[in-house]
Amino acid sequence: MPASRDSLWFLIAGPTVWATHFLLSYVVGAVYCAKSGDIDANLGTVRLTVAIITVIALGLIVHAGLHAYRNWGFGAEDPPHDDDTRTDRRRFLGYATMLLCGLSFVATFYVALPALIITSCR
Amino acid sequence: MNNTAHASPQDDPAHRRAQAERLKQVWASGKGFRYWSAVNNSEIGVWYTVTAFAFFLFAGVLALLIRTQLAVPENDFLSAEVYNQVFTLHGTVMMFLFAIPIFEAVSILILPEMLGARDLPFPRLSAFGYWSFLLGGVFVCGSIFFGAAPSGGWFMYPPLTTDVEQSGIGADIWMLGLSFIEVASIAAAVEIIIGILKCRPPGMRINLMPLYSWYLLVVAAMILFAFPPLIAGDILFEMERLLDWPFFDPARGGDPILWQHLFWIFGHPEVYIIFLPAIALVAMIVPTFARRPIVGYTWIVLAAVGTGFLSFGLWVHHMFATGLPAISLGFFSAASEAVAIPTGVQIFCFLATLLAGRVIYCVPMLYVSGTLAIFVIGGLTGVMVALAPFDWQAHDSYFIVAHLHYVLIGGALFPIFAGVYYFFPFVRGRKLSDKLGKLAFWLMFVGFNVSFFPMHFTGLLGMPRRVVTYPQRLGWEWLNLISTVGAFMFAIGVLVFVWDVLRPRRREPYAQRNPWNAGTLEWLTEMPGADWGVRSIPIVESRYPLWDQPDFVKNVDEGRFYLPDAEEGKRETMVTSVLDATPIQCLRVPGNTFITMAAAFLTGGVFIFTTFHWYLAALVSGVFALGAIVKWLWDGTAMVPEKPDKDVGLGLTLPLYVSGPKSVGWWAMFITMIGDMTAFASVVFAYFFYWTIHDDFPPPDAAPGVTLPLIASALLMTSWGVTQMARRWNRAGNAKAFRLALIAGAVLTAGGGAGYIWGPLTSGMVAAKSVYPATVWVLVIWVASHAALGIIMQLYCVAGSWAGKLTNEYDIDIWNVSLYWHFMAITTVVTFAVIALFPLVT
Repeated sequence: MPASRDSLWFLIAGPTVWATHFLLSYVVGAVYCAKSGDIDANLGTVRLTVAIITVIALGLIVHAGLHAYRNWGFGAEDPPHDDDTRTDRRRFLGYATMLLCGLSFVATFYVALPALIITSCR
Repeated sequence: MNNTAHASPQDDPAHRRAQAERLKQVWASGKGFRYWSAVNNSEIGVWYTVTAFAFFLFAGVLALLIRTQLAVPENDFLSAEVYNQVFTLHGTVMMFLFAIPIFEAVSILILPEMLGARDLPFPRLSAFGYWSFLLGGVFVCGSIFFGAAPSGGWFMYPPLTTDVEQSGIGADIWMLGLSFIEVASIAAAVEIIIGILKCRPPGMRINLMPLYSWYLLVVAAMILFAFPPLIAGDILFEMERLLDWPFFDPARGGDPILWQHLFWIFGHPEVYIIFLPAIALVAMIVPTFARRPIVGYTWIVLAAVGTGFLSFGLWVHHMFATGLPAISLGFFSAASEAVAIPTGVQIFCFLATLLAGRVIYCVPMLYVSGTLAIFVIGGLTGVMVALAPFDWQAHDSYFIVAHLHYVLIGGALFPIFAGVYYFFPFVRGRKLSDKLGKLAFWLMFVGFNVSFFPMHFTGLLGMPRRVVTYPQRLGWEWLNLISTVGAFMFAIGVLVFVWDVLRPRRREPYAQRNPWNAGTLEWLTEMPGADWGVRSIPIVESRYPLWDQPDFVKNVDEGRFYLPDAEEGKRETMVTSVLDATPIQCLRVPGNTFITMAAAFLTGGVFIFTTFHWYLAALVSGVFALGAIVKWLWDGTAMVPEKPDKDVGLGLTLPLYVSGPKSVGWWAMFITMIGDMTAFASVVFAYFFYWTIHDDFPPPDAAPGVTLPLIASALLMTSWGVTQMARRWNRAGNAKAFRLALIAGAVLTAGGGAGYIWGPLTSGMVAAKSVYPATVWVLVIWVASHAALGIIMQLYCVAGSWAGKLTNEYDIDIWNVSLYWHFMAITTVVTFAVIALFPLVT
């Protein structure tokens, strides 16, 4: 697999997926509970929705992480990647992106956890 | 890239002296009163820092008044009304006039040198920001001397604060004074983002950038998403106070919770907007004193970027007690826990660097140690209050006061003090006293802990925040007395520090160059420093060039790198590419002027006169402000150079003028419009927030219907298309078609803007009646005011074309205006969908 074109935008791919997943989860839950008007309303649909978007989000983060792993060069060289070369710059960006994907994976998983446990709007 | 060895003219000392003389003249500040016309970031940075510190001392005195009042039970040192004003102003000033501006101040002060640049790309914008900050700050602080300070708490919760009778003019002063300061913050964000991305020295690839720049890049980006929701909230808030539009009035469909959302979408990221730049100072100080490169550079970048994102997922943890559904609380609790990961990562990286290096114990390191100790305690209580059930217990108690002070003083104040000790020689050429520094540190460190640690217990014993006094026998007496003693001890430490900074030191010799033996570019500065930033713009090959590149300082000093001269008598710096810092332009930056000061004061007039309901004066001030800004843009931006390109040294020739996405102006417009879109999104959020809580929002047969908004949108979208075509016609050399198209565009825009207003006007929508017409009115006013701005821009380009300032080759202005119009098109389409189509769907 060849390394792809570099961009600073790609660095924030993981956190952007986290942010989108977070907002969607919150909006779905908040709107459902506000509109149902019933404090004991069952959250079945919301939990299913959150589960689906979580799977999609984690998939996207893993995809971005693998892409970054490739740009890093499969860890062939250890950090700090502080040489004055395009290769080291690419490795740095790949490594940083991969780390951010790792953080985003954990954070997305955390956000999904309440939907696993909480069953009503109360 | 070792092409510095044989630049032969630089071998002649007389030649170098002549170059230095020319540079000195070009970058000199004015004399006498003209000194205040300076726009150079090195000057503005010093004013900014000193002013922010003055506000810090003022807010500190207010803190002592609070602690004096609470020292003993049933105290009547302050009346309840004065006490309310004192604690509100203490929080407000510390947040808005110290913690946020100090990072802007320090950044514009040290970033140019740290990036090896002569200056950041928009020095006049920094000057505008500074004068706005000064005026707004004095206005807000001064209010307490007239008994007119805000008194509703620093987060100004309605409905108490929207009640004009109860809150008096103080709430208006808070809203309008601080909105003005938020404008200064957004100006700084634009300057910092473009400065970091485009004004690095050749060779400073993104992996070689100082960590301070990484942090600041993240923080400046955060400002674009955090501040605009507050600005939107301020607009709704003031419309309720001045015009009785019921956004937060439940009796007419409003909801105070909306304010809490908008405030905390700003308010929580803001904590990190304060924390990250302060910790960025630590990231610069630690390697210097550990005598080794930072451990885990990439991990710290992860921490900075990760924290920047996650901090937005925390806002509802300030609203855990408002009765939101548990599932919502769960999401925010989870994100609040997750943010501990990147925060911890950076602390571990600092500790690892210290462990791996040979640490030299100096005063800045002492403050860094204090930072780590205090911040970790604040972080731990942060994890506690991130859990909803614990938060319900501790909510609005002194436990929270203790937690937030541990976080803010540990995470921001101590690093800032460390930074002052570290960077003082950089600014003033002399070191601060080691002895006084240590004394001040121990007084502050011990005083702080004595003051705030007991508050955890005071809070757990049930003492609520913001109470003016308390009865005896609740077990709070001793704890409060200890806190007060600690606060005064802390204040004495601050005084020692202030004396050390202010004491006369004319007889002291200057510090040696690079006094801490640091590795980054800002320490190239001579003692005392010169106004030109760097003598020549270097080629960078390492994260710590002063440590790693042989003869680096000598080569810079002898002008053996880029731009060693100012032959044309212009202020110049270099623009490079984002990832690899390859040179792409020699940028001319504008020089000293009073116009930015005038623009800031006139803009301030709009806000200040509105506070007192002097609407005519506000309007006049606004018109003059607009005139000043147009003059500033006309004289100081998109200047046509006398030649297309220039030899910048080392055999490199760079263009003097680039337009479109390559130009810094285009990026400034793009970044400003991102902020504008965030504010717009916040108003749209308000609309849908009301939709979730009301069954009849929008009401059946909601005005203004579809027809009028559709016609208005069609006119505006045509204007967008015409503006895009105009840019192409201009490029093709057809100036006549260009001007005609833009004039037609302006007429269409006027029609579109008026059409949007016409809808609710003719449908009899009375905004004060209920929240639905009020929200629609806000949206149409938003579109119409942006249309008005669009017209000014279109006509500005026509005028530029007539004056020969805007040609087919030199077309920065029309590129920027056409970019504005892309965002205008989005605003139009979204508003149409919300006010015309959404009612049909529901």
